[in-house]
Amino acid sequence: MPIKRNKGERTMPAISLTVNQKTVHGEVEGRTLLVQFLRDNVGLTGTHIGCDTSQCGACVVTVDGKSVKSCTMLAVQANGADVLTIEGLSGPDGALHPMQAMFKEHHALQCGYCTPGMIMSAIDLVETHPQGLSEAQIRAGLEGNICRCTGYHNIVKAIAAAWPLMHGAPTAQAAE
Amino acid sequence: MYDFSYAKPAALAQAVQALGDPEAKALAGGMTFIPVLKQRLNKPSVIVDLAGLGLSGIRVEGGALIIGAMTTHGEVAASADVKAAIPAVAALAGHIGDRQVRYRGTLGGSLANNDPSACYPAAVLALAATIHTNKRTIAADAFFQGMFTTALEADELITAVSFPIPRRAAYAKFANPASRYAMVGVFVAQTDAAVRVAVTGAGQNGVFRHEAMEAALATSFTAAALEGVTTPVDLMSSDIHGSAEYRAHLVMVMARKAVEEAKGK
Repeated sequence: MPIKRNKGERTMPAISLTVNQKTVHGEVEGRTLLVQFLRDNVGLTGTHIGCDTSQCGACVVTVDGKSVKSCTMLAVQANGADVLTIEGLSGPDGALHPMQAMFKEHHALQCGYCTPGMIMSAIDLVETHPQGLSEAQIRAGLEGNICRCTGYHNIVKAIAAAWPLMHGAPTAQAAE
Repeated sequence: MYDFSYAKPAALAQAVQALGDPEAKALAGGMTFIPVLKQRLNKPSVIVDLAGLGLSGIRVEGGALIIGAMTTHGEVAASADVKAAIPAVAALAGHIGDRQVRYRGTLGGSLANNDPSACYPAAVLALAATIHTNKRTIAADAFFQGMFTTALEADELITAVSFPIPRRAAYAKFANPASRYAMVGVFVAQTDAAVRVAVTGAGQNGVFRHEAMEAALATSFTAAALEGVTTPVDLMSSDIHGSAEYRAHLVMVMARKAVEEAKGK
């Protein structure tokens, strides 16, 4: 996408991307971050800005299936991409995604600020580990997500519980 | 962030031409550059996104592992070719930043930035890799020229890096617990010809070769051979995360660990 530039004037790149299975068009400044675009232009405020320095992971969304920190990606870099945010997880009937359900079941949150990013990262983690996911792998996989309330224990439990649901195996709970 | 124009050329020649503008800057994965822009530490007029140039990919050819400049850390970490050829490079890539950073951050971006605490420069220097650009090839020994400084010219782009496959190698990193950058990282590589040791995170001038350790390990590739080798404290960086003395000590600890790990493979 070559942009012509006159002195003192910048064109606004027009972008088009899929967000939660809907096509979204927008004109953005070059500097507009993906998280700002999602929150301010698309109105999806479930994706949070936490640290704004790519450390905390509250802003994690998936772009073409990969979890990324949307505070550290330009909106224009997502042109043509398929973006999924926390709002796009539940079914048409409002049914929770298994990861959301397990976060609820295991009370994997306290204030909830980090939760959208945690859930988006966790889904990517589970999807990329079809052979299984140990507790150590879950903890290492959450390196990019910081929670300042619960101490991670219930988050780890929720993710472990979501793995069999997402990979089609019965859980111990379901068998009870 | 100051505003800028954005261009995403589809060919290397166009990207190089766009970077002929002295106010233009190249964007690879953006994992360092976007935070730099957010802090207003840089004010480019034009950002030239390299994502459309087809510069990613991994192959093994003629005794070397060749990784395209835009290959992400995640792709390197997961690559069966990298794991088979130089497992230490796959392991190094798999511990850069976090999963989200590894999905976006690239080999070429890391090298062009030459952060003094970045991991990749240690691998490139210890493995005596060759950096391929749109203009020439540059030996690792000539590429790194002090922190955040490289041999690259303003309109020169890394296209790929060629790593000669060593007999054995390993990287040991003492990561800063918050940033995951190396407080000290030591990459040890043994080829039929020599042993090379590169240290990142510790030196005031960025990545460097530890020649005293290389000489000791050339005699005997064992952790015990490092006994008595010193690391000059006055060359170490010192900050809130660790004093120069602390880093000099960590260099030895990480070097021993890297040698043991290399021998174990």
